[in-house]
Amino acid sequence: MVLFLARRVGQAALILLGVAAITFVLLYCLPADPAVLIAGRSANPQIVAAIRHELGLDQPLILQFLHYLYGLLHGDFGRSYTEKTEVLPLILARLPATLILMAAGIFVEVVLGLTFGVVAAVLRDGPIDRVIMMLSFVGVSSPQFVVALLLLYVFAATLGWFPMSGFGTPANVVLPAVTLGVLGAGWYARMVRSAMIEVLRQDYVRTAHAKGLRVSRVVMRHALPNAILPIIAMIGIDIGQFMGGVVVVEAVYGWPGIGQLAWQAIQQVDVPIIMGVTLVSALAIVIGNLAADFIAPFVDPRIRAQ
Amino acid sequence: MRVFTELARRPLALIGLLTVGLVVFGALFAPWIAHYSPDDQLTNGLSLDGAPLPPSRAFLLGTDTLGRDLFARLLFGARTSLTIGLVANGTSVVIGLVVGLLAGYLRGWIGSLLMRFTDLMMAFPALLLAIALAALLKPSLWIVALVIALVNWVQVARIVYTETRGLVERDFILAERSLGAGNFRIIVFHILPHLLPTAIVWGTLGIATTVLLEATLSFLGIGVQPPQPSWGNIIFESQSYFQDAPWLVFIPGAVILATALSFNLIGDALRDILDPTQRGRG
Repeated sequence: MVLFLARRVGQAALILLGVAAITFVLLYCLPADPAVLIAGRSANPQIVAAIRHELGLDQPLILQFLHYLYGLLHGDFGRSYTEKTEVLPLILARLPATLILMAAGIFVEVVLGLTFGVVAAVLRDGPIDRVIMMLSFVGVSSPQFVVALLLLYVFAATLGWFPMSGFGTPANVVLPAVTLGVLGAGWYARMVRSAMIEVLRQDYVRTAHAKGLRVSRVVMRHALPNAILPIIAMIGIDIGQFMGGVVVVEAVYGWPGIGQLAWQAIQQVDVPIIMGVTLVSALAIVIGNLAADFIAPFVDPRIRAQ
Repeated sequence: MRVFTELARRPLALIGLLTVGLVVFGALFAPWIAHYSPDDQLTNGLSLDGAPLPPSRAFLLGTDTLGRDLFARLLFGARTSLTIGLVANGTSVVIGLVVGLLAGYLRGWIGSLLMRFTDLMMAFPALLLAIALAALLKPSLWIVALVIALVNWVQVARIVYTETRGLVERDFILAERSLGAGNFRIIVFHILPHLLPTAIVWGTLGIATTVLLEATLSFLGIGVQPPQPSWGNIIFESQSYFQDAPWLVFIPGAVILATALSFNLIGDALRDILDPTQRGRG
Protein backbone atom coordinates (compact mmCIF):
# COMPACT_ATOMS: atom_id res chain seq x y z
CA MET A 1 0.00 0.00 0.00
CA VAL A 2 2.71 2.45 1.05
CA LEU A 3 4.77 1.35 -1.94
CA PHE A 4 1.82 1.94 -4.24
CA LEU A 5 1.28 5.46 -2.88
CA ALA A 6 4.99 6.23 -3.08
CA ARG A 7 5.02 5.18 -6.72
CA ARG A 8 2.00 7.37 -7.39
CA VAL A 9 3.80 10.38 -5.94
CA GLY A 10 6.78 9.64 -8.18
CA GLN A 11 4.53 9.39 -11.22
CA ALA A 12 2.88 12.65 -10.29
CA ALA A 13 6.24 14.41 -10.21
CA LEU A 14 7.12 13.00 -13.65
CA ILE A 15 3.76 14.10 -15.03
CA LEU A 16 4.35 17.63 -13.78
CA LEU A 17 7.76 17.65 -15.45
CA GLY A 18 6.14 16.50 -18.69
CA VAL A 19 3.44 19.15 -18.50
CA ALA A 20 6.11 21.79 -17.95
CA ALA A 21 8.13 20.55 -20.94
CA ILE A 22 5.20 20.36 -23.35
CA THR A 23 3.75 23.73 -22.36
CA PHE A 24 7.17 25.29 -22.61
CA VAL A 25 7.84 23.93 -26.09
CA LEU A 26 4.33 24.81 -27.33
CA LEU A 27 4.46 28.36 -26.03
CA TYR A 28 7.96 29.01 -27.34
CA CYS A 29 7.22 27.64 -30.79
CA LEU A 30 4.31 30.00 -31.28
CA PRO A 31 4.53 32.76 -33.83
CA ALA A 32 3.65 35.46 -31.31
CA ASP A 33 6.91 37.10 -30.21
CA PRO A 34 6.73 38.55 -26.70
CA ALA A 35 9.66 40.86 -27.36
CA VAL A 36 7.83 42.55 -30.22
CA LEU A 37 4.75 42.89 -28.03
CA ILE A 38 6.67 44.54 -25.24
CA ALA A 39 8.63 46.87 -27.51
CA GLY A 40 5.58 47.85 -29.53
CA ARG A 41 4.94 47.07 -33.19
CA SER A 42 6.92 49.99 -34.52
CA ALA A 43 10.03 49.54 -32.37
CA ASN A 44 13.32 49.18 -34.21
CA PRO A 45 14.95 45.73 -34.46
CA GLN A 46 17.78 46.66 -32.10
CA ILE A 47 15.44 47.38 -29.24
CA VAL A 48 13.56 44.15 -29.92
CA ALA A 49 16.86 42.26 -29.97
CA ALA A 50 17.90 43.91 -26.71
CA ILE A 51 14.63 42.87 -25.08
CA ARG A 52 15.01 39.35 -26.43
CA HIS A 53 18.46 39.22 -24.89
CA GLU A 54 17.25 40.64 -21.60
CA LEU A 55 14.48 38.01 -21.38
CA GLY A 56 16.88 35.27 -22.39
CA LEU A 57 14.83 34.52 -25.48
CA ASP A 58 17.92 34.45 -27.70
CA GLN A 59 19.26 31.33 -26.03
CA PRO A 60 18.64 27.81 -27.36
CA LEU A 61 15.28 26.31 -26.33
CA ILE A 62 16.83 23.57 -24.21
CA LEU A 63 18.93 26.06 -22.22
CA GLN A 64 15.90 28.25 -21.67
CA PHE A 65 13.97 25.24 -20.44
CA LEU A 66 16.70 24.03 -18.09
CA HIS A 67 17.03 27.54 -16.76
CA TYR A 68 13.27 27.64 -16.18
CA LEU A 69 13.29 24.23 -14.45
CA TYR A 70 16.18 25.32 -12.23
CA GLY A 71 14.11 28.33 -11.23
CA LEU A 72 11.04 26.17 -10.60
CA LEU A 73 12.94 23.91 -8.23
CA HIS A 74 13.83 27.02 -6.24
CA GLY A 75 10.26 28.24 -6.21
CA ASP A 76 10.95 30.80 -8.92
CA PHE A 77 8.34 30.90 -11.69
CA GLY A 78 10.13 33.67 -13.57
CA ARG A 79 9.11 37.28 -14.06
CA SER A 80 6.04 38.52 -15.85
CA TYR A 81 6.84 40.27 -19.14
CA THR A 82 4.21 42.94 -18.70
CA GLU A 83 3.94 43.42 -14.93
CA LYS A 84 7.70 43.24 -14.39
CA THR A 85 7.17 41.35 -11.15
CA GLU A 86 7.60 37.78 -9.96
CA VAL A 87 4.98 35.39 -11.33
CA LEU A 88 4.53 33.32 -8.19
CA PRO A 89 3.24 36.13 -5.94
CA LEU A 90 0.88 37.19 -8.74
CA ILE A 91 -0.57 33.69 -8.88
CA LEU A 92 -0.64 33.24 -5.12
CA ALA A 93 -2.51 36.51 -4.71
CA ARG A 94 -5.21 35.29 -7.09
CA LEU A 95 -5.31 31.68 -5.92
CA PRO A 96 -7.61 32.03 -2.87
CA ALA A 97 -10.41 33.52 -4.99
CA THR A 98 -10.22 30.61 -7.42
CA LEU A 99 -10.04 28.05 -4.62
CA ILE A 100 -13.17 29.52 -3.02
CA LEU A 101 -14.93 29.36 -6.37
CA MET A 102 -13.79 25.79 -7.02
CA ALA A 103 -14.75 24.58 -3.57
CA ALA A 104 -18.20 26.12 -3.95
CA GLY A 105 -18.53 24.67 -7.46
CA ILE A 106 -17.53 21.17 -6.34
CA PHE A 107 -19.96 21.46 -3.43
CA VAL A 108 -22.79 22.34 -5.83
CA GLU A 109 -21.99 19.55 -8.22
CA VAL A 110 -21.51 16.86 -5.59
CA VAL A 111 -24.67 17.77 -3.70
CA LEU A 112 -26.78 17.98 -6.86
CA GLY A 113 -25.15 14.94 -8.43
CA LEU A 114 -25.45 12.75 -5.33
CA THR A 115 -29.05 13.68 -4.64
CA PHE A 116 -30.27 13.25 -8.18
CA GLY A 117 -28.16 10.15 -8.78
CA VAL A 118 -29.39 8.37 -5.66
CA VAL A 119 -33.02 9.30 -6.28
CA ALA A 120 -32.77 8.15 -9.91
CA ALA A 121 -31.20 4.83 -8.90
CA VAL A 122 -33.80 4.10 -6.25
CA LEU A 123 -36.67 4.98 -8.57
CA ARG A 124 -34.98 3.57 -11.66
CA ASP A 125 -36.92 3.21 -14.90
CA GLY A 126 -39.76 5.27 -13.43
CA PRO A 127 -40.82 8.67 -14.71
CA ILE A 128 -38.74 10.57 -12.12
CA ASP A 129 -35.64 8.63 -13.16
CA ARG A 130 -36.30 9.51 -16.80
CA VAL A 131 -36.69 13.19 -16.00
CA ILE A 132 -33.50 13.23 -13.94
CA MET A 133 -31.54 11.44 -16.64
CA MET A 134 -32.85 13.88 -19.23
CA LEU A 135 -31.88 16.82 -16.98
CA SER A 136 -28.42 15.37 -16.50
CA PHE A 137 -28.02 15.27 -20.27
CA VAL A 138 -29.09 18.89 -20.51
CA GLY A 139 -26.55 19.70 -17.79
CA VAL A 140 -23.62 18.11 -19.58
CA SER A 141 -24.68 19.63 -22.91
CA SER A 142 -24.96 23.22 -21.68
CA PRO A 143 -22.41 25.74 -22.83
CA GLN A 144 -21.02 27.17 -19.59
CA PHE A 145 -20.97 30.77 -20.76
CA VAL A 146 -24.64 30.62 -21.78
CA VAL A 147 -25.55 29.21 -18.37
CA ALA A 148 -23.57 32.04 -16.80
CA LEU A 149 -25.34 34.70 -18.86
CA LEU A 150 -28.74 33.08 -18.27
CA LEU A 151 -28.24 33.01 -14.50
CA LEU A 152 -27.12 36.63 -14.62
CA TYR A 153 -30.13 37.58 -16.70
CA VAL A 154 -32.69 35.84 -14.52
CA PHE A 155 -31.30 36.11 -10.98
CA ALA A 156 -29.24 39.29 -11.17
CA ALA A 157 -30.67 41.57 -13.85
CA THR A 158 -34.36 40.62 -13.61
CA LEU A 159 -34.98 39.36 -10.08
CA GLY A 160 -32.10 41.23 -8.47
CA TRP A 161 -31.45 38.44 -5.95
CA PHE A 162 -27.71 38.35 -6.58
CA PRO A 163 -25.14 40.94 -7.65
CA MET A 164 -24.13 41.06 -11.33
CA SER A 165 -20.44 40.66 -10.57
CA GLY A 166 -17.91 41.33 -7.91
CA PHE A 167 -16.18 39.52 -5.12
CA GLY A 168 -16.13 39.53 -1.36
CA THR A 169 -19.58 38.66 -0.05
CA PRO A 170 -21.17 35.20 0.06
CA ALA A 171 -23.87 36.38 -2.36
CA ASN A 172 -21.19 36.93 -5.00
CA VAL A 173 -20.15 33.31 -5.05
CA VAL A 174 -23.58 31.75 -5.62
CA LEU A 175 -24.07 32.29 -9.36
CA PRO A 176 -20.48 31.47 -10.41
CA ALA A 177 -20.52 28.33 -8.26
CA VAL A 178 -23.83 27.16 -9.72
CA THR A 179 -22.50 27.82 -13.23
CA LEU A 180 -19.43 25.72 -12.54
CA GLY A 181 -21.38 22.99 -10.78
CA VAL A 182 -24.27 22.42 -13.17
CA LEU A 183 -22.16 20.81 -15.88
CA GLY A 184 -20.41 18.42 -13.52
CA ALA A 185 -23.63 17.64 -11.65
CA GLY A 186 -24.91 15.97 -14.82
CA TRP A 187 -21.92 13.63 -14.95
CA TYR A 188 -22.12 12.92 -11.24
CA ALA A 189 -25.82 12.11 -11.35
CA ARG A 190 -25.20 9.58 -14.12
CA MET A 191 -22.21 8.03 -12.39
CA VAL A 192 -23.86 7.84 -8.98
CA ARG A 193 -26.94 6.32 -10.55
CA SER A 194 -25.06 3.54 -12.33
CA ALA A 195 -22.84 2.83 -9.31
CA MET A 196 -25.89 2.74 -7.04
CA ILE A 197 -27.85 0.46 -9.36
CA GLU A 198 -24.93 -1.96 -9.31
CA VAL A 199 -24.82 -1.93 -5.51
CA LEU A 200 -28.59 -2.10 -5.01
CA ARG A 201 -28.60 -5.40 -6.93
CA GLN A 202 -26.29 -7.08 -4.42
CA ASP A 203 -27.41 -9.76 -2.04
CA TYR A 204 -26.49 -7.86 1.12
CA VAL A 205 -28.84 -5.07 0.13
CA ARG A 206 -31.62 -7.60 -0.25
CA THR A 207 -30.71 -8.95 3.18
CA ALA A 208 -30.92 -5.46 4.62
CA HIS A 209 -34.36 -5.02 3.10
CA ALA A 210 -35.39 -8.46 4.38
CA LYS A 211 -34.34 -7.48 7.90
CA GLY A 212 -37.08 -4.90 7.66
CA LEU A 213 -34.87 -1.83 7.57
CA ARG A 214 -36.39 1.33 6.22
CA VAL A 215 -35.60 2.04 2.59
CA SER A 216 -33.87 5.30 3.49
CA ARG A 217 -31.56 3.50 5.90
CA VAL A 218 -30.71 0.76 3.42
CA VAL A 219 -29.90 3.32 0.75
CA MET A 220 -27.98 5.79 2.87
CA ARG A 221 -26.13 3.47 5.27
CA HIS A 222 -25.74 0.24 3.32
CA ALA A 223 -25.69 1.06 -0.35
CA LEU A 224 -24.31 4.58 -0.72
CA PRO A 225 -20.92 4.03 0.99
CA ASN A 226 -20.16 1.34 -1.55
CA ALA A 227 -21.03 3.59 -4.44
CA ILE A 228 -19.01 6.54 -3.17
CA LEU A 229 -15.58 5.42 -4.41
CA PRO A 230 -15.95 6.25 -8.12
CA ILE A 231 -17.24 9.66 -7.07
CA ILE A 232 -14.12 10.40 -5.04
CA ALA A 233 -11.97 9.32 -7.98
CA MET A 234 -14.00 11.57 -10.20
CA ILE A 235 -13.53 14.67 -8.07
CA GLY A 236 -9.81 14.26 -8.69
CA ILE A 237 -10.28 14.18 -12.45
CA ASP A 238 -12.82 16.93 -12.25
CA ILE A 239 -10.40 19.50 -10.96
CA GLY A 240 -8.90 19.50 -14.43
CA GLN A 241 -12.23 20.35 -15.99
CA PHE A 242 -12.69 23.06 -13.41
CA MET A 243 -9.38 24.74 -14.09
CA GLY A 244 -10.49 25.33 -17.67
CA GLY A 245 -14.00 26.24 -16.65
CA VAL A 246 -12.81 28.93 -14.26
CA VAL A 247 -11.34 30.90 -17.15
CA VAL A 248 -14.79 31.22 -18.72
CA VAL A 249 -16.69 31.68 -15.48
CA GLU A 250 -14.22 34.20 -14.06
CA ALA A 251 -14.32 36.12 -17.35
CA VAL A 252 -18.12 36.39 -17.33
CA TYR A 253 -18.51 37.18 -13.63
CA GLY A 254 -15.43 39.33 -13.29
CA TRP A 255 -14.11 37.01 -10.58
CA PRO A 256 -10.55 38.00 -9.63
CA GLY A 257 -8.98 34.53 -9.69
CA ILE A 258 -6.20 32.83 -11.62
CA GLY A 259 -8.54 32.17 -14.55
CA GLN A 260 -8.81 35.90 -15.12
CA LEU A 261 -5.07 36.28 -14.61
CA ALA A 262 -4.45 33.61 -17.25
CA TRP A 263 -6.92 35.20 -19.62
CA GLN A 264 -5.24 38.60 -19.37
CA ALA A 265 -1.81 36.99 -19.74
CA ILE A 266 -2.92 35.07 -22.83
CA GLN A 267 -4.10 38.26 -24.48
CA GLN A 268 -0.76 39.93 -23.77
CA VAL A 269 1.39 36.88 -24.63
CA ASP A 270 2.80 37.03 -21.12
CA VAL A 271 4.37 33.58 -21.40
CA PRO A 272 5.72 33.23 -17.83
CA ILE A 273 2.27 33.83 -16.37
CA ILE A 274 0.63 31.40 -18.81
CA MET A 275 3.28 28.82 -17.91
CA GLY A 276 2.78 29.48 -14.22
CA VAL A 277 -1.00 29.15 -14.30
CA THR A 278 -0.80 26.01 -16.46
CA LEU A 279 1.64 24.44 -14.02
CA VAL A 280 -0.41 25.42 -10.98
CA SER A 281 -3.48 23.95 -12.70
CA ALA A 282 -1.63 20.75 -13.54
CA LEU A 283 -0.41 20.62 -9.95
CA ALA A 284 -4.01 20.97 -8.77
CA ILE A 285 -5.07 18.13 -11.08
CA VAL A 286 -2.22 15.90 -9.93
CA ILE A 287 -2.90 16.67 -6.28
CA GLY A 288 -6.60 15.98 -6.86
CA ASN A 289 -5.82 12.56 -8.32
CA LEU A 290 -3.30 11.79 -5.60
CA ALA A 291 -5.74 12.84 -2.91
CA ALA A 292 -8.29 10.45 -4.40
CA ASP A 293 -5.69 7.66 -4.19
CA PHE A 294 -4.83 8.51 -0.60
CA ILE A 295 -8.42 8.84 0.55
CA ALA A 296 -9.63 5.64 -1.13
CA PRO A 297 -8.15 3.25 1.46
CA PHE A 298 -9.81 5.16 4.29
CA VAL A 299 -13.19 5.01 2.62
CA ASP A 300 -12.96 1.47 1.33
CA PRO A 301 -11.45 -1.16 3.66
CA ARG A 302 -11.14 -3.56 0.70
CA ILE A 303 -8.38 -1.39 -0.79
CA ARG A 304 -6.63 -1.15 2.57
CA ALA A 305 -6.46 -4.93 2.71
CA GLN A 306 -4.65 -5.22 -0.62
CA MET B 1 -29.32 -0.58 -40.84
CA ARG B 2 -30.31 -2.46 -37.71
CA VAL B 3 -28.70 0.28 -35.75
CA PHE B 4 -30.88 2.87 -37.40
CA THR B 5 -34.15 1.06 -36.72
CA GLU B 6 -33.03 0.51 -33.13
CA LEU B 7 -32.20 4.20 -32.82
CA ALA B 8 -35.55 5.23 -34.27
CA ARG B 9 -37.31 3.08 -31.70
CA ARG B 10 -35.90 5.11 -28.80
CA PRO B 11 -37.85 8.34 -28.38
CA LEU B 12 -34.93 10.37 -27.00
CA ALA B 13 -32.55 9.24 -29.71
CA LEU B 14 -35.21 9.92 -32.31
CA ILE B 15 -35.62 13.49 -31.05
CA GLY B 16 -31.86 13.82 -31.22
CA LEU B 17 -31.73 12.49 -34.78
CA LEU B 18 -34.49 14.83 -35.92
CA THR B 19 -32.82 17.85 -34.32
CA VAL B 20 -29.46 17.02 -35.85
CA GLY B 21 -31.18 16.45 -39.18
CA LEU B 22 -32.81 19.85 -38.93
CA VAL B 23 -29.52 21.58 -38.10
CA VAL B 24 -27.67 19.80 -40.91
CA PHE B 25 -30.48 20.67 -43.33
CA GLY B 26 -30.32 24.31 -42.22
CA ALA B 27 -26.56 24.40 -42.66
CA LEU B 28 -26.62 22.77 -46.10
CA PHE B 29 -29.43 24.88 -47.53
CA ALA B 30 -28.68 28.08 -45.62
CA PRO B 31 -28.55 30.36 -48.71
CA TRP B 32 -31.98 29.17 -49.83
CA ILE B 33 -33.65 29.23 -46.40
CA ALA B 34 -32.46 32.62 -45.18
CA HIS B 35 -34.17 35.72 -46.56
CA TYR B 36 -31.11 37.86 -45.96
CA SER B 37 -27.40 37.48 -46.36
CA PRO B 38 -25.70 36.86 -42.97
CA ASP B 39 -23.33 39.81 -43.50
CA ASP B 40 -25.86 42.37 -44.70
CA GLN B 41 -26.22 45.28 -42.30
CA LEU B 42 -29.84 45.98 -43.10
CA THR B 43 -31.05 49.56 -43.03
CA ASN B 44 -34.34 48.43 -41.55
CA GLY B 45 -32.52 46.05 -39.21
CA LEU B 46 -32.09 48.55 -36.40
CA SER B 47 -34.64 50.59 -34.48
CA LEU B 48 -34.70 54.37 -34.87
CA ASP B 49 -32.28 54.83 -32.01
CA GLY B 50 -29.95 52.16 -33.35
CA ALA B 51 -30.91 49.23 -31.13
CA PRO B 52 -31.25 45.66 -32.42
CA LEU B 53 -34.79 44.49 -33.21
CA PRO B 54 -36.51 41.68 -31.29
CA PRO B 55 -38.00 38.73 -33.19
CA SER B 56 -40.78 39.85 -35.49
CA ARG B 57 -42.51 38.90 -38.73
CA ALA B 58 -39.82 40.57 -40.83
CA PHE B 59 -36.93 39.14 -38.81
CA LEU B 60 -37.85 35.72 -37.53
CA LEU B 61 -35.31 35.74 -34.68
CA GLY B 62 -34.63 39.47 -34.57
CA THR B 63 -31.51 41.33 -35.62
CA ASP B 64 -28.11 41.83 -34.00
CA THR B 65 -26.36 44.99 -32.91
CA LEU B 66 -25.19 45.70 -36.47
CA GLY B 67 -28.65 45.20 -37.93
CA ARG B 68 -27.93 41.77 -39.39
CA ASP B 69 -30.59 39.06 -39.50
CA LEU B 70 -29.97 36.67 -36.60
CA PHE B 71 -31.72 33.75 -38.32
CA ALA B 72 -29.44 34.04 -41.34
CA ARG B 73 -26.37 34.28 -39.12
CA LEU B 74 -27.43 31.20 -37.16
CA LEU B 75 -27.95 29.20 -40.35
CA PHE B 76 -24.55 30.15 -41.75
CA GLY B 77 -23.04 29.80 -38.29
CA ALA B 78 -24.27 26.20 -38.30
CA ARG B 79 -21.96 25.58 -41.26
CA THR B 80 -18.94 26.83 -39.30
CA SER B 81 -19.82 25.10 -36.06
CA LEU B 82 -20.71 21.76 -37.65
CA THR B 83 -17.60 21.81 -39.86
CA ILE B 84 -15.40 22.35 -36.83
CA GLY B 85 -17.37 19.73 -34.91
CA LEU B 86 -16.87 17.11 -37.61
CA VAL B 87 -13.28 17.93 -38.56
CA ALA B 88 -11.98 18.39 -35.03
CA ASN B 89 -13.74 15.38 -33.67
CA GLY B 90 -12.90 13.19 -36.66
CA THR B 91 -9.25 14.07 -36.16
CA SER B 92 -9.30 13.37 -32.45
CA VAL B 93 -11.02 10.00 -32.94
CA VAL B 94 -8.37 9.04 -35.51
CA ILE B 95 -5.51 10.14 -33.24
CA GLY B 96 -7.14 8.35 -30.30
CA LEU B 97 -7.61 5.18 -32.36
CA VAL B 98 -4.01 5.13 -33.59
CA VAL B 99 -2.44 5.88 -30.21
CA GLY B 100 -4.72 3.55 -28.26
CA LEU B 101 -4.40 0.73 -30.79
CA LEU B 102 -0.63 0.91 -31.06
CA ALA B 103 -0.20 1.18 -27.29
CA GLY B 104 -2.55 -1.73 -26.66
CA TYR B 105 -1.16 -3.93 -29.41
CA LEU B 106 2.55 -3.30 -29.18
CA ARG B 107 2.86 -2.99 -25.39
CA GLY B 108 6.58 -3.08 -24.66
CA TRP B 109 8.34 0.24 -24.28
CA ILE B 110 6.54 1.89 -27.19
CA GLY B 111 3.21 0.95 -25.68
CA SER B 112 4.04 2.20 -22.21
CA LEU B 113 5.61 5.36 -23.63
CA LEU B 114 2.40 6.10 -25.52
CA MET B 115 0.26 5.44 -22.48
CA ARG B 116 2.44 7.55 -20.19
CA PHE B 117 2.06 10.33 -22.71
CA THR B 118 -1.70 9.84 -22.61
CA ASP B 119 -1.63 9.99 -18.80
CA LEU B 120 0.33 13.18 -19.09
CA MET B 121 -2.26 14.69 -21.38
CA MET B 122 -4.93 13.75 -18.82
CA ALA B 123 -3.20 16.00 -16.30
CA PHE B 124 -3.23 18.89 -18.75
CA PRO B 125 -5.77 21.60 -18.06
CA ALA B 126 -7.22 21.00 -21.54
CA LEU B 127 -9.46 24.01 -21.91
CA LEU B 128 -6.74 26.31 -20.57
CA LEU B 129 -4.32 24.89 -23.11
CA ALA B 130 -6.83 25.22 -25.92
CA ILE B 131 -7.50 28.83 -24.94
CA ALA B 132 -3.79 29.66 -24.82
CA LEU B 133 -3.07 27.98 -28.16
CA ALA B 134 -6.06 29.43 -29.94
CA ALA B 135 -5.29 32.92 -28.67
CA LEU B 136 -1.65 32.84 -29.63
CA LEU B 137 -2.10 31.17 -33.04
CA LYS B 138 -4.21 33.87 -34.73
CA PRO B 139 -7.30 31.70 -34.98
CA SER B 140 -9.00 30.56 -38.14
CA LEU B 141 -11.59 27.84 -38.59
CA TRP B 142 -8.91 25.19 -39.18
CA ILE B 143 -6.68 26.28 -36.31
CA VAL B 144 -9.64 26.10 -33.96
CA ALA B 145 -10.47 22.60 -35.22
CA LEU B 146 -6.84 21.54 -34.81
CA VAL B 147 -6.56 22.92 -31.29
CA ILE B 148 -9.73 21.14 -30.25
CA ALA B 149 -8.52 17.88 -31.78
CA LEU B 150 -5.20 18.20 -29.94
CA VAL B 151 -6.82 18.36 -26.53
CA ASN B 152 -9.68 15.95 -27.17
CA TRP B 153 -8.15 12.67 -28.36
CA VAL B 154 -7.03 11.50 -24.95
CA GLN B 155 -10.23 9.87 -23.77
CA VAL B 156 -10.66 7.91 -27.00
CA ALA B 157 -7.06 6.70 -26.75
CA ARG B 158 -7.60 5.39 -23.23
CA ILE B 159 -10.75 3.50 -24.10
CA VAL B 160 -9.30 2.07 -27.31
CA TYR B 161 -6.21 1.01 -25.37
CA THR B 162 -8.23 -0.93 -22.82
CA GLU B 163 -10.32 -2.59 -25.51
CA THR B 164 -7.33 -3.50 -27.66
CA ARG B 165 -5.57 -5.10 -24.71
CA GLY B 166 -8.62 -7.24 -24.14
CA LEU B 167 -8.88 -8.16 -27.81
CA VAL B 168 -5.23 -9.15 -28.16
CA GLU B 169 -5.72 -11.85 -25.53
CA ARG B 170 -8.65 -13.43 -27.37
CA ASP B 171 -8.36 -16.81 -29.04
CA PHE B 172 -9.28 -15.69 -32.52
CA ILE B 173 -6.28 -13.38 -32.61
CA LEU B 174 -4.08 -16.22 -31.43
CA ALA B 175 -5.57 -18.47 -34.11
CA GLU B 176 -4.96 -15.84 -36.74
CA ARG B 177 -1.39 -15.41 -35.64
CA SER B 178 -0.71 -19.14 -35.69
CA LEU B 179 -2.03 -19.17 -39.25
CA GLY B 180 0.82 -16.82 -40.05
CA ALA B 181 -0.95 -13.47 -40.24
CA GLY B 182 1.30 -10.47 -39.81
CA ASN B 183 0.77 -7.61 -37.36
CA PHE B 184 -0.62 -5.33 -40.03
CA ARG B 185 -3.20 -7.86 -41.14
CA ILE B 186 -4.28 -8.62 -37.59
CA ILE B 187 -4.64 -4.96 -36.71
CA VAL B 188 -6.51 -3.89 -39.83
CA PHE B 189 -8.76 -6.90 -40.42
CA HIS B 190 -9.28 -8.32 -36.96
CA ILE B 191 -8.84 -5.66 -34.30
CA LEU B 192 -9.98 -2.52 -36.05
CA PRO B 193 -13.46 -3.88 -36.93
CA HIS B 194 -14.01 -4.67 -33.24
CA LEU B 195 -13.11 -1.11 -32.30
CA LEU B 196 -15.58 0.33 -34.77
CA PRO B 197 -18.50 0.52 -32.31
CA THR B 198 -16.32 2.46 -29.86
CA ALA B 199 -15.21 4.78 -32.63
CA ILE B 200 -18.80 5.38 -33.70
CA VAL B 201 -20.01 6.04 -30.15
CA TRP B 202 -17.15 8.44 -29.41
CA GLY B 203 -17.42 9.95 -32.84
CA THR B 204 -20.96 10.95 -31.90
CA LEU B 205 -20.51 11.90 -28.24
CA GLY B 206 -17.36 13.82 -29.14
CA ILE B 207 -19.21 16.10 -31.54
CA ALA B 208 -21.18 17.43 -28.58
CA THR B 209 -17.97 18.23 -26.71
CA THR B 210 -16.41 19.77 -29.80
CA VAL B 211 -19.38 21.98 -30.60
CA LEU B 212 -19.34 23.22 -26.99
CA LEU B 213 -15.60 23.82 -27.06
CA GLU B 214 -15.79 25.74 -30.34
CA ALA B 215 -18.57 27.87 -28.93
CA THR B 216 -16.52 28.54 -25.80
CA LEU B 217 -13.42 29.58 -27.74
CA SER B 218 -15.44 31.77 -30.07
CA PHE B 219 -17.29 33.26 -27.12
CA LEU B 220 -13.95 34.35 -25.66
CA GLY B 221 -13.18 35.97 -29.00
CA ILE B 222 -10.35 33.57 -29.85
CA GLY B 223 -12.29 31.10 -32.00
CA VAL B 224 -13.70 31.73 -35.42
CA GLN B 225 -13.31 35.43 -36.16
CA PRO B 226 -16.23 37.69 -37.11
CA PRO B 227 -17.67 38.53 -39.59
CA GLN B 228 -17.68 34.79 -40.42
CA PRO B 229 -20.52 33.68 -38.18
CA SER B 230 -20.21 30.79 -35.74
CA TRP B 231 -22.62 30.07 -32.91
CA GLY B 232 -20.08 31.07 -30.30
CA ASN B 233 -19.00 34.36 -31.89
CA ILE B 234 -22.60 35.45 -32.44
CA ILE B 235 -22.88 35.44 -28.64
CA PHE B 236 -19.40 36.96 -28.28
CA GLU B 237 -20.42 39.92 -30.42
CA SER B 238 -23.55 40.70 -28.43
CA GLN B 239 -22.78 39.52 -24.90
CA SER B 240 -22.57 43.02 -23.47
CA TYR B 241 -26.12 43.72 -24.70
CA PHE B 242 -27.60 40.62 -23.12
CA GLN B 243 -29.83 42.60 -20.79
CA ASP B 244 -31.35 44.75 -23.54
CA ALA B 245 -31.33 42.17 -26.32
CA PRO B 246 -31.54 38.78 -24.57
CA TRP B 247 -32.58 37.02 -27.80
CA LEU B 248 -29.13 37.66 -29.24
CA VAL B 249 -27.54 35.55 -26.53
CA PHE B 250 -30.17 33.02 -25.59
CA ILE B 251 -31.40 31.94 -29.02
CA PRO B 252 -27.89 30.98 -30.20
CA GLY B 253 -27.31 29.53 -26.74
CA ALA B 254 -30.41 27.35 -27.09
CA VAL B 255 -29.24 26.22 -30.54
CA ILE B 256 -25.83 25.22 -29.16
CA LEU B 257 -27.48 23.40 -26.25
CA ALA B 258 -29.98 21.61 -28.52
CA THR B 259 -27.25 20.46 -30.89
CA ALA B 260 -24.89 19.25 -28.17
CA LEU B 261 -27.79 17.58 -26.36
CA SER B 262 -28.89 15.79 -29.54
CA PHE B 263 -25.44 14.39 -30.25
CA ASN B 264 -25.20 13.26 -26.62
CA LEU B 265 -28.60 11.55 -26.80
CA ILE B 266 -27.73 9.78 -30.06
CA GLY B 267 -24.30 8.79 -28.77
CA ASP B 268 -25.72 7.42 -25.55
CA ALA B 269 -28.33 5.39 -27.43
CA LEU B 270 -25.65 4.11 -29.82
CA ARG B 271 -23.55 2.98 -26.88
CA ASP B 272 -26.55 1.08 -25.57
CA ILE B 273 -27.24 -0.55 -28.91
CA LEU B 274 -23.69 -1.33 -29.98
CA ASP B 275 -22.43 -2.52 -26.62
CA PRO B 276 -25.04 -4.55 -24.74
CA THR B 277 -22.72 -5.06 -21.76
CA GLN B 278 -22.95 -1.34 -21.07
CA ARG B 279 -26.73 -1.39 -21.03
CA GLY B 280 -28.22 0.42 -18.09
CA ARG B 281 -24.95 2.05 -17.12
CA GLY B 282 -24.20 5.74 -17.08
